[in-house]
Amino acid sequence: MKKLFNFFKNEQEKNPANVAKERLKVIVAHERRQRNQPDYLQDLQRDLMLVIQKYVEIEADNVQVQLDSEGNYSVLELNVTLPN
Amino acid sequence: MAKIIVVTSGKGGVGKTTTSAAFSMGLAMRGYKTVVIDFDIGLRNLDIVMDCERRVVYDFVNVIQGDANLRQALIKDKRCENLFILAASQTKEKEALTLEGVGAVLNELSQDFDFIICDSPAGIEQGAFTAMYYADEAIIVTNPEVSSVRDSDRMLGILQSKSQRAQEGLDSVKENLLITRYDPDRVAKGEMMSIEDVEDILGVKNIGVIPESESVLKASNQGHPVIMDKNSDAGMAYDDMIARFLGETRPLRFIERKGLLKRIFS
Ligand SMILES: Nc1ncnc2c1ncn2[C@@H]1O[C@H](COP(=O)(O)OP(=O)(O)O)[C@@H](O)[C@H]1O
Ligand SMILES: [Mg+2]
Repeated sequence: MKKLFNFFKNEQEKNPANVAKERLKVIVAHERRQRNQPDYLQDLQRDLMLVIQKYVEIEADNVQVQLDSEGNYSVLELNVTLPN
Repeated sequence: MAKIIVVTSGKGGVGKTTTSAAFSMGLAMRGYKTVVIDFDIGLRNLDIVMDCERRVVYDFVNVIQGDANLRQALIKDKRCENLFILAASQTKEKEALTLEGVGAVLNELSQDFDFIICDSPAGIEQGAFTAMYYADEAIIVTNPEVSSVRDSDRMLGILQSKSQRAQEGLDSVKENLLITRYDPDRVAKGEMMSIEDVEDILGVKNIGVIPESESVLKASNQGHPVIMDKNSDAGMAYDDMIARFLGETRPLRFIERKGLLKRIFS
């Protein structure tokens, strides 16, 4: 029974509409984060990635740069996910 | 004072012009004095869908540049006396749509009309920008498809940050999601995203769902906004959408998969 259930579940998860929805969630979340951020952040992110790539193999989406303003100062947050 | 509504999407070919034509005709048929403006400079289309392509003497850019006044450029619809069309220019440079120029024209129209419908071009360049800038409300036309939804989200971001209302800190532009070219059979088969999927991702509720329908092509071939085809599914869905826009509550129609018998015999 569980097998049958999983079979249906997998079928559902893989159907084109669900694939579309999952991809969109990621794209949209990413693009919303980039909105209202200064233009140089994207260049900064690329340069940082190129530096890190000298030492570790990473891909573009392993490096996230975000600028948050809190009161009268801003915090530049750098998130790098390294492979194991 | 007129209410200004932009029909926009980011992506091309999703149904903005079809919607602008149906929406403006529907409002006018209900007695509201309505003008619909084509912002697609260089690629005008609205005049064809509205069957007035041979009656364009002066266009939007002529008015902005002072070559003609509004009275000379507005085309009165032959079927509905409350409806007027301002055609896009076929030849002029896109830069002709300046914010100041567009603002002045909208301001003048505002004195005489109840609704001003701005049919936005695709993209996020000057035409789309000026079309959305002065809007009080937006109809975001979206197909249940990845690139269309993504572009709609982009457009929502622009409305929320770059519109006059955003820039001047006024109440934000009211967002209405219109899902078009919806195919219930393909949704049932899991090939197409559902209404809920699209609403979830965009975080906006729908004001209507227009089914994929042959009646749209038929209507545009004849130059009749599809809402005039009162027996067509798309025409009725547009009528529902306008009723909701004006505050009525109506359930969604034409979103169910056709019955088995209908599927066999259609
Ligand atoms: N609900 C619908 N069903 C079938 N075809 C449609 C529908 N809505 C739009 N179309 C067709 O899609 C094409 C693009 O529509 P249009 O309104 O010109 O889009 P846009 O202005 O967004 O570029 C046209 O050929 C139109 O007839
Ligand atoms: Mg168009």
